[in-house]
Amino acid sequence: MSATATAELAPAPPPGIPIARARREPTRSWPLADRIGFLLSWVVGIGLCLIALAIVLFMLVKGIAYLRPSLLVQSPAPSIKQSQSGGFLDPIEGTLIVATVGIAIAAPTGIALGTWLAEYGQPRSLARALESAVEIIAGAPSVVLALFGLLIFDQGYLGFLSTTAAGGGVYGRSFFAAGAIMAVLALPLIVGTTREALVRLPNHLREASLGLGRTRITTVRRVLLPAIRGDMATGAALGLGRIIGDTAIITILLGTVLQLGPVGHVPVYSTLRGTGSTLTTYIYANSPAGEGSAPQKAYAAAFLLLLIVLALNGIVTWLSGRGVSPAERGSAFKFLRFEWFALPWTR
Amino acid sequence: MPPPVRRIQVDREPHVAPARAASNGAVAGASPAAVATRLRSARAPSVHVRERMRIESVWLAYGENWVVRDVSLPVRQGEVLAMIGASGSGKTTLLRSLNRLTEITTGAARAGNITLDGQDIHELEVNELRRRVTMVFQQPNPFPMSIFDNVAYALAERPARGRRRRRSPQIEEAVADALHRAGLYDEVAGDLERSALRLSGGQQQRLCIARALAAEPEVLLLDEPCSALDPISTATIEELIVQLRDSVAIVIVTHNLQQAFRVADHVAFMHLGELVEYGTSEQVFDRPVMERTRDYISGAFG
Repeated sequence: MSATATAELAPAPPPGIPIARARREPTRSWPLADRIGFLLSWVVGIGLCLIALAIVLFMLVKGIAYLRPSLLVQSPAPSIKQSQSGGFLDPIEGTLIVATVGIAIAAPTGIALGTWLAEYGQPRSLARALESAVEIIAGAPSVVLALFGLLIFDQGYLGFLSTTAAGGGVYGRSFFAAGAIMAVLALPLIVGTTREALVRLPNHLREASLGLGRTRITTVRRVLLPAIRGDMATGAALGLGRIIGDTAIITILLGTVLQLGPVGHVPVYSTLRGTGSTLTTYIYANSPAGEGSAPQKAYAAAFLLLLIVLALNGIVTWLSGRGVSPAERGSAFKFLRFEWFALPWTR
Repeated sequence: MPPPVRRIQVDREPHVAPARAASNGAVAGASPAAVATRLRSARAPSVHVRERMRIESVWLAYGENWVVRDVSLPVRQGEVLAMIGASGSGKTTLLRSLNRLTEITTGAARAGNITLDGQDIHELEVNELRRRVTMVFQQPNPFPMSIFDNVAYALAERPARGRRRRRSPQIEEAVADALHRAGLYDEVAGDLERSALRLSGGQQQRLCIARALAAEPEVLLLDEPCSALDPISTATIEELIVQLRDSVAIVIVTHNLQQAFRVADHVAFMHLGELVEYGTSEQVFDRPVMERTRDYISGAFG
């Protein structure tokens, strides 16, 4: 194909010829208002960086001083003496469980909703209603969502998802309840990213697939969703960050007990039915703002939480910075291949 | 030291000998002009001409805007039909209506009949129709997958229920065959797992053709397939089109009159939604009957 022989081409201009490179435009020639705006942008930008840096450094200094490996493996214990009040193994576990339950519900639902909004959206009125609903949830404070959750999960027929007292009263606080409402909290982020990414995809991809006689659902599943895999991962990671950082839902719907409180003896189910706490509520409870019994441990836990969130952010940046082509993708995230969506009825 | 000058060789001598390129369709080093003369001179009318589609008094609209008005045309296998005309003449809409891709657009309406092998296409299941009448678009639009997966995606037969590894020998053979027919196989055979997005524009477009051929269509629709490509890739694809016309009916929309003359057996000239003139390409280009055709071909408008 290539009749052009690149070998003949000179690699660079010979030395001696002055090379002009594009420089940033000097602001001297700008109107005054633009220059003020420019200056303000810099001030605000650098200010934000400094604040972020200060938070990280503050938590680093405070946290590192108290963070011991033993804290990560010991369960918290009720004691006034700090030396006997244990570590925060259970809150770490709680954070992981809530995040897993929440994202396991939110990711498929959110992706499905976002896909429906972007690719189908018929009838229009239903799509508009769904959009408004998602916006309302996105704007609702998590405390409100948590109260709503409590209303649902202490219904008698949902007793199997939490603890039922002897009189038949349902406690309504469990990993199931907290995870489900956390999913609602994360849902708008996932719906939004999925939808935006699909809308951004060029129409010719859809036409190409339809023009080959493939159905719309096949087009979605085998062309469009794989093409936005990075965006879906970004949405999921953003939702995960939201879940890990939330306190109100845990306070209201997880019981905020020190240690995991499984109900019954079925391995996974009993834990999910039971109560617990997460790092956020642990921090709150131990900080001077809460009962204030162990501020040092609060700092250590906060530092750990910050690390987790930073790591998540890193993953988001990494995922969203990758190319669209799955063939060019590394193997670390092979598990995100959306052959998982290879459901028999969509062919 | 000035950059080296690379002159484009333009071969103005007509090749009288039928120098159809090797069967892989590669035209390495050949200039577009040489290919053009070769295409015309090497072309004998195909022996097995057979009507596949018939467009009968078709009207097409987006909303209230009728963009195709009362057009009747035959589409024959063994022939290339080119549709020419200025922008907004309705030729692309007409092309898209042949596999009902117009229906994706909301508000699309139609009147009149289009038949495929005697069957009304609006009575066929739409996805079956689109497998039998596949389309290649203006912009090369490979899917963001490997070369192999791009072609395998279009295969008519479904992969075995046993899922995951969809690599039965039949599928591999079908993919290789489609790539051969599109004249791309030799260039990509080394690494079919490479991302299709890494191919050059011309290769991508031939991949799209391979994909369209993999569905074993009866009619192949090409919507300005070369407008985004360089002259050498264009020549390769034109040669390919002429090769393919025996096995599949081809309809091509093009803005490039030379291209229409080079590849087409029949030419339909459309203007403002109406079919102005239809005839063999020699007749339309050399002895146009209608005033508007003459004006368009001589560059008076459009």
